Amino acid sequence: MLITTTDPQPKLNSVKPGMITLSDLKAGESARVISLNGGRGFVSRMAALGFTPGAEVTVIQNSGWGPIIASVRDTRVALGRHEGQRTIVRTGTA
Amino acid sequence: MSSCHPTQVKHTHSMISDRQTTIALAGQPNMGKSTLFNLLTGLNQHVGNWPGKTVEYREGVCHYQGHDYLLVDLPGTYSLTANSPEEVIAREFILHEQPDLVIAVVSAANLERSLYLVSELVCLPVPLIIALNMMDVAEGEGIRLEPEVLETALGVPVVAMVASRAIGARALLEKVEECLSGGCSSTPSRPEIRQDHREVLEEVTAQIQGYVPTPYPTDWIAMKLLEGDAEVSAMMRGVLPPQNLSALEAQLESHDDAMLAIASGRYDWIGRMMRAAVTHPRLGQISITDRLDRWATHPRLGLIVLAGILGLVFWLTFTLGAPVQEWLDTHIVSWLSGLAAAVLSGAPAWLNGLVIDGVIGGVGAILTFLPIMVIFFLAFGLLEDVGYMARAAFVMDNFMHMMGLHGKSFLPLFLGFGCNVPAVMGTRVIDSTPGRLLTILITPFVPCAARMGVVAFLAPAFFGPQAVLASWGLILLSLAVLVISGVALNLVLFKGEQSAFIMEMPLYHLPNARTIGLLVWHRALSFIKKAGTIILVFSVAVWALSYFPNGDLHTSFLARFGKLFEPVGAWMGMDWQLTVALLTSFLAKENAIATLGVMFSSNADAGLAQTIASLYSPATGLAFLTVSILFIPCAATVAVIRQETGSWRWTLLNIGLMLAVSIVAGILVYHLAVGLGL
Repeated sequence: MLITTTDPQPKLNSVKPGMITLSDLKAGESARVISLNGGRGFVSRMAALGFTPGAEVTVIQNSGWGPIIASVRDTRVALGRHEGQRTIVRTGTA
Repeated sequence: MSSCHPTQVKHTHSMISDRQTTIALAGQPNMGKSTLFNLLTGLNQHVGNWPGKTVEYREGVCHYQGHDYLLVDLPGTYSLTANSPEEVIAREFILHEQPDLVIAVVSAANLERSLYLVSELVCLPVPLIIALNMMDVAEGEGIRLEPEVLETALGVPVVAMVASRAIGARALLEKVEECLSGGCSSTPSRPEIRQDHREVLEEVTAQIQGYVPTPYPTDWIAMKLLEGDAEVSAMMRGVLPPQNLSALEAQLESHDDAMLAIASGRYDWIGRMMRAAVTHPRLGQISITDRLDRWATHPRLGLIVLAGILGLVFWLTFTLGAPVQEWLDTHIVSWLSGLAAAVLSGAPAWLNGLVIDGVIGGVGAILTFLPIMVIFFLAFGLLEDVGYMARAAFVMDNFMHMMGLHGKSFLPLFLGFGCNVPAVMGTRVIDSTPGRLLTILITPFVPCAARMGVVAFLAPAFFGPQAVLASWGLILLSLAVLVISGVALNLVLFKGEQSAFIMEMPLYHLPNARTIGLLVWHRALSFIKKAGTIILVFSVAVWALSYFPNGDLHTSFLARFGKLFEPVGAWMGMDWQLTVALLTSFLAKENAIATLGVMFSSNADAGLAQTIASLYSPATGLAFLTVSILFIPCAATVAVIRQETGSWRWTLLNIGLMLAVSIVAGILVYHLAVGLGL
């Protein structure tokens, strides 16, 4: 069976390339998921919601403290600050 | 190599089988699964618990063209990995009960994510139909897709629907009939694990080949082992020979990141479906959800919005509920008592007491609280259905962290203002066991409608113009106690354990009257059944204690019991009558008033509050109300705490905690009030 593993070309972003966490992104900024740091339960729940390596995420709300809202695969997901910090992302060109 | 079960899906069904045709409804949360279930079954529903689990079970009968289908609503889950009891229930039902058909509800407005569950379902040996719901929402978002193309790509029948407006129900049922009579082809395309993990999947499959118990498909088990699924791992540990087991464990250990490879494979599969079926993706427009969320999820404004909504809900509940409550009390309950008195005029006094004070008194307590409960449930159900409650949880997350909880715990606590009984059951939304347990323990500190009723009844007589201030003070006090208890319990019992806050924020949508109506109906019904039975039994028991041995309350068992505890009451300026009133509030919180009514032989409600206020000082009154609002949970709440925690130890701990807290608070408030000259 044919399987396509190529990701669509990532969008250019004003932020310089580098790996940061989802909680570090400001509202309106986008990035791609690199990995999830956490136990199996955490990884499995996040992956089911669409946070898999390569997926594009956009932070919708981040006030600098408390939970954040991120949009992944057309779904809005509220994440605790810790959960955001355990989601490693890369901005700009991969 | 296919990573999923390769065998031909069974698709035959005999209409003359003695077993009822069973259809399971699967879907992720917020896909309109309940709406579809309600649409297909109407009021032919049975709600209960899955055997041995605290997860709601719903089944219903759907009549269509002379056929009766048994519809089982599986719990809403994002995946079929054993992250929660819900997921285990959903997959065990499909594998063990082998329904004749599974209808997977997906949302056209959220297709990518909602196909994730489908990517798991196509790997199970069961015929599948996709109900492509929320076509209208998708259209509103500018998404256009072709159901026929999706059907071809998936290899599974797809029916486009708008369940909230009953569009597509007939087409769905026609498709169901067609599939059940073997008339539709289902050769699902199946996802594969990401390239870099294919080898290890094959190795794992080789280790377990021949050892997998029925009815589990071997490659499904292999996949779940790689995912790190706790349930499947435990099961296989029990059946594999030691040699295979150690080899398997070594393989799994070196690939503990396989979950992401599997999930990526599933999303690759989904991506192919999307590319085929979606002709226009979502427009980049600012949606209503974005606009509303600017307010509703703002870290500060969001709290103001929440406070406003809460205030409105309470105001509505009590302004609309109180007159109905009074009407029921004066017309129905008094009429019943009068009727019973007339019928029993020749009967012995104890029988009169049993029927009028015991049975009708108990029924009255349930009946008069129903309007308040229904209005509150209606408001809560509406907020839930439009999608606001997720926002409330979001803005409360920071605050809840003080107690080691997260935003989701706020939802049952809010429900607790109506009644603690559904609130304790509502803690099921919390995904971690310690978090859920802690939320249950603090839920009874939320002043329910009944307790606020007691305060509203007595406060004006004791405090006159300051009554509003005193009432608010008491409510804030109980909330402060709730937070302090939460913080303390978290530190002592749960060692500050924090659980992950991951919650979908559904799009706002127009409320569906049927969904809310049925939600309120089931909540009210379960209140009547659960609380009702317990209140009735206790009402009769309390009456017996207050009547025997010689028909006089002042020398009854209840009075002796109250006198036993009088020394404790005395620390708060209370005598045995007030102590007895508190004890009987265990039956149902508003019973404190009824007991005082019997004690001061004044059934005319208007005079009772004044009578009591003239007998006791405001300090005693305040202490009495303080203890009332913090006192041990009512009998019905105790019963559900036992049911939901599954443990008498936690239940007794909860009772002990509230008893201690209420007495300490009562003493402090009394002495403070005396010191202030009240």
